[in-house]
Amino acid sequence: MAVAEDNGLVNELGEYVAAQLGAKLDAVTFVNGELAIKTSAAHITAVLNFLRDDSRCQFKALMDLTVVDFPTRARRFDVVYNLLSIAHAQRIRIKLECDEETPVPSVAGIYSSAAWNEREAWDMYGVYFADHPDLRRLLTDYGFEGHPLRKDFPLTGHVQVRYDELAKRVVQEPVELAQDFRSFDYLSPWEGAQAALPGDEKAKDGDTDG
Amino acid sequence: MAEAQIKPLTLNFGPQHPAAHGVLRLVLEMDGEVVHRADPHIGLLHRGTEKLIEHKTYLQAVPYFDRLDYVSPMAQEHTFALAVEKLLGVEVPQRGQYVRVLFSEISRVLNHILNITTFAIDVGAMTPLLWGFEEREILMEFYERVCGARLHAAYFRPGGVHQDLPAGLADDIYAWADKFPKFIADLEGLLTENRIFKQRTVDIGVVDREKALDLGFSGPCIRGSGVPWDLRKAQPYDVYDKMDFQVAIGNTGDCYARYLVRVEEMRQSLRIIKQCLEQMPDGPVMTEDHKIAPPRRSDMKQSMEAMIHHFKLYTEGYRVPAGETYTAVEAPKGEFGIYLVSDGTNRPYKCKIRAPGFAFLSAMDAMSRGHMLADTVAIIGSLDIVFGEIDR
Repeated sequence: MAVAEDNGLVNELGEYVAAQLGAKLDAVTFVNGELAIKTSAAHITAVLNFLRDDSRCQFKALMDLTVVDFPTRARRFDVVYNLLSIAHAQRIRIKLECDEETPVPSVAGIYSSAAWNEREAWDMYGVYFADHPDLRRLLTDYGFEGHPLRKDFPLTGHVQVRYDELAKRVVQEPVELAQDFRSFDYLSPWEGAQAALPGDEKAKDGDTDG
Repeated sequence: MAEAQIKPLTLNFGPQHPAAHGVLRLVLEMDGEVVHRADPHIGLLHRGTEKLIEHKTYLQAVPYFDRLDYVSPMAQEHTFALAVEKLLGVEVPQRGQYVRVLFSEISRVLNHILNITTFAIDVGAMTPLLWGFEEREILMEFYERVCGARLHAAYFRPGGVHQDLPAGLADDIYAWADKFPKFIADLEGLLTENRIFKQRTVDIGVVDREKALDLGFSGPCIRGSGVPWDLRKAQPYDVYDKMDFQVAIGNTGDCYARYLVRVEEMRQSLRIIKQCLEQMPDGPVMTEDHKIAPPRRSDMKQSMEAMIHHFKLYTEGYRVPAGETYTAVEAPKGEFGIYLVSDGTNRPYKCKIRAPGFAFLSAMDAMSRGHMLADTVAIIGSLDIVFGEIDR
């Protein structure tokens, strides 16, 4: 597999990884000086095991694991792993696509630090990790519903809490805002608007008689 | 007679425990005084920073970074500024880079003073805290003079820093850097060979090299375990490659080693601060590209174009070309990284914040197993945990 080049710079490690992992990878890119590979949920454990144990890679630390949500896509989530190799001072990013239903194999057995990151990803995005030792919610409140970092989750949330003096406990209520969150459309009207002005259709008709 | 099976006692440590360094609810399963399992419950300070950033322009996102790890605000703005600059392809003027490195190191000293002294008070030494906070006050005055705020600076912006150093500040920082080693010596005199402090920290919470990598450690915690890894050396950013300093390494990987690493890092920070002040060239501190940086106020009185730039910048902001980056800096606590995805508009599509403390706290179970209850306090103290960044 060929590595996409970044201004003519070829990344040796990228070539090596592409040659070794071959069919397990869907794409290898080297952009902005950052090496990224794309794989699928079926191969992720094999890919990570290779990257951790191979002597030319030695990506022994998982620095970050997160999810990006693209709601318009059929498989809406990208799960992103950022690995670090201290031996070679290298970083690599691994991506795979998944949707709400199909589980992604947990990598907590390969990197211990993945355990909490996967809990957070489950909490925030609702990506299910199969065989995770302890997949509970992490950051949100006890009894919280929904996955707040999904793009279709409103910024203000669905419920608000307050202390009820009569009931002597904290109660949850639907959110009531005195003023809506102000979100301005900054996309310039000179570039974005497609409204036809009266008379414009003549230019497109192609009638040159005037 | 068969011995009755005693159910382990479940103990709630926090969320309002002074040694929990914030709002940590640590559920401990105890067998007498010995910890069997530690289950940290976090999120009590969760403010949805990542979600909010997705709804703000790039410039409006900067102040959120001050509020993550609120004891070292500028180090985190630094990451965001570097990430955005990488996607924009903007070059920061030399002086701007020096000012950033200077204030990153001041932030490091600020953070380490807080950590070491609160760690000391957790294990029973009160005096370091009283002395240390006096020194922090001096440093926060430097913050205030350069950006107007003691804590929430919003000073490092994509493209450089907001303002140049005011007259006289460089001399005052230099004078402070000359006399600060005396404070470090006093602090060490109180703690380093203190019998009680050593009894509470030596051989407590030991993490070996392999384990530290596996747990995603970084910063003083991984160096305390003997891994010579510092992003300022390994993947230098701004002008760190021109700085002459050494990376402090611990041998034992226990709480005491992490303390020693931090003390030495303060000394090395002073070296970097002095070098910055000596080498700092004159010139602009912010890029001159007025699509990204605001024009000078005096220009706005004369030039229509400057006026338009100013208006567009503070309403629409700038569009960042589509792309993604994982950028990390050596924040005082460890590797503070940002995974930034841009879709070509004026707002980040996704901004994942990788906080060093998150990995440390997730290792709490592995580290405190088999230790006494009082040792968990020492372990939490030595990990340098601040909930602003963990809960985000």
